[in-house]
Amino acid sequence: MTIKAIPLLDVGILRQSARDAFAKLAPRKLVRNPVMFVTAVVALLVTLLFVRDLMTGRGGLLFSGQIAAWLWFTVLFANFAEAIAEGRGKAHADALRSTRSETQAKLLLHPDAPKDDLWEPKAADLLELGDVVLVEAGDTIPADGEVIEGIASVNESAVTGESAPVIRESGGDRSAVTGGTVVISDWIKVRVTAEPGSSFLDKMILLVEGAERQKTPNELALSILLSGMTLIFLIAVATLWGLAGYSDTALSITVLVALLVTLIPTTIGGLLSAIGIAGMDRLIRFNVMATSGRAVEAAGDVDTLLLDKTGTITYGNRLATAFIPVPGITDSEVAATALLSSLSDETPEGRSIVALAKGQYRQSEPQLAEMQATFIPFSAQTRISGVDVDGRSIRKGAVDAVLKSLGLTMATAPAAFRAEVESISRSGGTPLAVTDTEKLIGVIHLKDVVKPGIKERFAALRAMGIKTVMVTGDNPVTAAAIASEAGVDDYIAEATPEDKLAYIKSEQAKGRLIAMCGDGTNDAPALAQADVGIAMQSGTQAAREAGNMVDLDSNPTKLIEVTEIGKQLLMTRGSLTTFSIANDVAKYFAIIPALFLATYPELGALNIMGLATPESAILSAVIFNALVIVALIPLALKGITYRPIGAAALLRRNLLVYGLGGLIVPFVGIKLIDLAVSALWLV
Amino acid sequence: MTFIGWFQILAVLGAVIVCAWPFGLYMTRVFIGERTPLSPLLLPIERMFYIAAGVRLEKEQSWLAYTLAMLTFNASGFLLLFVLLRLQSLLPLNPQGFGGVASDLAFNTAMSFTTNTNWQAYGGETTMSHLVQMAGLAVQNFLSAATGIALAIAVIRAFARNSAQTLGNFWVDVTRGTLYVLLPLSIIVALLFALTGVPQTLAGSVEATTLEGVKQTIALGPVASQEAIKQLGTNGGGFFNANAAHPFENPNAWSNMLSIWSMLLISTALTFTFGRMVGDRRQGNALLVAMYALLITATAVVYWAETSGNPLLAKAGVDMAAGNLEGKEVRFGQALSALYVVATTGLSCGAVNTMHNSLMPLGGLVPLFLIQLGEILPGGVGSGLYGMIVIAILTVFIAGLMVGRTPEYLGKKIEAREMKLAMLALLILPLVILGFAAAAAMLPNALESLANAGPRGLSEILYAYSSAAGNNGSAFAGLSANTPWYNTTLGIAMLLGRFAYVVPVMAIAGAIAAKKKVPASSGTFPTHGPLFVGLLIGVILILGGLQYFPALALGPIVEHFLMHAGKTF
Repeated sequence: MTIKAIPLLDVGILRQSARDAFAKLAPRKLVRNPVMFVTAVVALLVTLLFVRDLMTGRGGLLFSGQIAAWLWFTVLFANFAEAIAEGRGKAHADALRSTRSETQAKLLLHPDAPKDDLWEPKAADLLELGDVVLVEAGDTIPADGEVIEGIASVNESAVTGESAPVIRESGGDRSAVTGGTVVISDWIKVRVTAEPGSSFLDKMILLVEGAERQKTPNELALSILLSGMTLIFLIAVATLWGLAGYSDTALSITVLVALLVTLIPTTIGGLLSAIGIAGMDRLIRFNVMATSGRAVEAAGDVDTLLLDKTGTITYGNRLATAFIPVPGITDSEVAATALLSSLSDETPEGRSIVALAKGQYRQSEPQLAEMQATFIPFSAQTRISGVDVDGRSIRKGAVDAVLKSLGLTMATAPAAFRAEVESISRSGGTPLAVTDTEKLIGVIHLKDVVKPGIKERFAALRAMGIKTVMVTGDNPVTAAAIASEAGVDDYIAEATPEDKLAYIKSEQAKGRLIAMCGDGTNDAPALAQADVGIAMQSGTQAAREAGNMVDLDSNPTKLIEVTEIGKQLLMTRGSLTTFSIANDVAKYFAIIPALFLATYPELGALNIMGLATPESAILSAVIFNALVIVALIPLALKGITYRPIGAAALLRRNLLVYGLGGLIVPFVGIKLIDLAVSALWLV
Repeated sequence: MTFIGWFQILAVLGAVIVCAWPFGLYMTRVFIGERTPLSPLLLPIERMFYIAAGVRLEKEQSWLAYTLAMLTFNASGFLLLFVLLRLQSLLPLNPQGFGGVASDLAFNTAMSFTTNTNWQAYGGETTMSHLVQMAGLAVQNFLSAATGIALAIAVIRAFARNSAQTLGNFWVDVTRGTLYVLLPLSIIVALLFALTGVPQTLAGSVEATTLEGVKQTIALGPVASQEAIKQLGTNGGGFFNANAAHPFENPNAWSNMLSIWSMLLISTALTFTFGRMVGDRRQGNALLVAMYALLITATAVVYWAETSGNPLLAKAGVDMAAGNLEGKEVRFGQALSALYVVATTGLSCGAVNTMHNSLMPLGGLVPLFLIQLGEILPGGVGSGLYGMIVIAILTVFIAGLMVGRTPEYLGKKIEAREMKLAMLALLILPLVILGFAAAAAMLPNALESLANAGPRGLSEILYAYSSAAGNNGSAFAGLSANTPWYNTTLGIAMLLGRFAYVVPVMAIAGAIAAKKKVPASSGTFPTHGPLFVGLLIGVILILGGLQYFPALALGPIVEHFLMHAGKTF
């Protein structure tokens, strides 16, 4: 599916978010965020005091009124950030949902009857678990389900973006269908396997809706840290009232509240849920659906990646890579002969022989029409195919079968030929023998070709600290050869599903976190056992239920992006926390001298920013504190860029930017705001 | 500041580290239960204790059982000492015939020695009988220190073990801590003190006739032995009221250096024990480097502030070439006085060889701030290490997030539960220190105890509660603390500062021990390099600074500016 990328600041979403920011002032919603809840409570307190002063006609109204207003802005800006993140997430999810909502399903009244039996229309949204529907050519599949009868070609481009249709049939590994995809030919009966509202889409929508969202484990831990910091600052500020009393300084509630709100981590507190929602949203845009936020966080921690060889690391088909002649024959003769034998061979191997001969070996295509050619197709009995043309009989096939047809064995075959065959087998490849009229002329080297660029991706993973393990049914020799070519760290050869499960369990016992991709029913136990199990959309229902993510594009290398999104999520939280806490230093230098200027003018030495008056200093700090939330919304939504440069280098970088930056930026920001505040005569 | 001064400072610290390294490895063997050179002598005695108490050596305890055992043990110790103090007039070994100790002072003193604080609201030589000094106070000096070591070892085990349900056996750890660690060291150090001229006698006092012909009573007693455990166990409670400034406690430069060496030894050695037990000595070294970097910086600040002298006196024509010498003993000099001030507060020792109230404003700010940091540089025996580990957990949590992984320390993931408990522990100190100080600052009867007006008075109050909650025990002086208000509130502060802090820490240890150890990968943030050390230092300073800056601004900081503006009170 192509979800349209929504610009970072979409006008429609902004307008809606501004409205939602006020709706989120409801105490029931605010209480979910302790830092913002405290801010709102003290904002209310200051507002009440302002109203009291207004009634009794005390002075300093301009100052306390502005403080109250900016405290409310602080809360609103935080709500706004969350609303924007939600809005974007919902917009993406709605784009997905819209494909489904208008669909009318053909509900079969008697599922076991032949296909032309009675059906009645039912809205796709109302389908229940176990309903059986008929989907015919041109129909949209109304819900996630399993094919129980029939075979059809299905266009899944709505969810995968891949335009080539795929076959879906009952039984086996290709029986799962997804709501929103379209049947192009034939018909199928589908049993609905998703509860209404429990499909991946619905689960995903829940993850981007702030109100219903469960906090993820790390988010919870961070919230506790932030709440703890809030309590500590509450103690520091509340006791300051008493300590100031010692030197006969009466501090007003308004300035103490201003100090408190600037100190408590409102920046990260305000952006925390926006960061979490935006992380899920990024996942959607990568066409990956997660069933829990926990899985996304776990993805950032993964240290071992289990990858199926076929389809992930290699193309999965054996392709010809070389023609090797026996002594006395040139390689172009072998190429020409092999080409001739494969012209009508439509298997991937045959096509690759044609491509190789015409490409690397520069053979021109023979004009078959002018020749009298009889093709001998491949058969499972002989394991040989070929062509009889112009009196020549050309054959190619498995080495032992070809030798047998010539009345030879490996022992009696020519030494040079035998050496080549053995070396190809040793390297993990498959040799095919080629004969021309009962004469052995050469060998075709077939091998499993590693996808281009995959080695670089594995190197990037290694730099992230992630070990890659290739799982294959091949024998150890073949597996080792491909493993070294693809650059994986380890491999499991001749693997059965039980081996996979056992491997995952043993790695987990060592404390490692495992991610894997799978699509078959026999992958389901391993998918469930893995910490991050990504099921392919094209896989079976069992696989999709066992995993905690579904990749709509069925692209196993996407594990890498998922891992990056997980890391990005944690990094953004950590960096903004550091920024938020580092900010406090400047705020102390702004507010503390301002609080005690009357009692101890000497403390003015701490006013290193040279802020105009005590009131402007306090107001500027509060304004900066509110505005910085807005300024950081884009960063919270986009996330901090992850680079696989090793943990120490990454930390140094982020510390420099967000730690040191967090120390310096507020000094500059508060000074600038103070200049503006004084210039405008705001206090 | 002079070259020779710095040479003295670095020589003492160097001697500490050189001795702490083998001693840390020795402690590892002791607590793992391996044979040590002292085993042939001590093993039979150790076994005897277990048989007498019915302790089964091999039976380990969960974090909760361990903590409850520790609390029971300390509660009994407190009660015993309280009774001893109240009844001392009826008991033997009371040559001066002192009466029973008043109930609020007895509560305060019993709490003080049980919590390893050794806050002394009384003058030792004029209040306590020899029996109380030896069977009460000195016993608690050993046991409170052994408790601290046992707790630290339990926390280390939590990180060293993989998916474990137990943290060791408290009774075994506390017995070994006393028998193998504190007792042998105390004997050696006591002999060394005696060698430098510290008295050791059971006589009450001697009569002397002064030059003017006046009869003078000079208090004596078992000082050297008391002094040894006072320093080794970072207790700090002196035999005499003047503590380590008294010529009988600390007669000369050698005894002074020995004092500093012995108070730093065990806490420093525990970082090596930590590194060895978790199987990566670099981890212990990282903590050590962070501790000592801050310790040396703090010493430099005090040394500089004190040698700079008082500008007001300089203006009045006093020669300030030797710096501010008020409250200092000339026999120790500026350099080792500065180191003593910093070490006794960076540790939770609390022994003083200098009157902290006579320090310059910034010189006084340092010990106050060091105590408020939680005394982790390198901290009280045991308590310093586990305090540092809590800060390391916090550091790793933030740093771990910044590298995009669920934070982990020594292979153990730091999650919501650990965070909750760590925050609970970290809340205790500011709550107790600032809460009580603010209350005292508002209460007229609490303010009556102050000797100084102006910001210095507030510093005195802040210092008292910081010292109590931090289990330091040193006093800023200038505050007459032997009143019901201070005895009671300081006693409560000590109780919370020790036990309300350690219970969540032990709960963290329980949770950590049960976790699987995750092997490190290149995506793991390494916790031994200079980057981690720098970050740890940053977190310590910023976290401490943010909590106490407003309070400090009203005390020593404003006093500093006032002094330069020429204002006094």
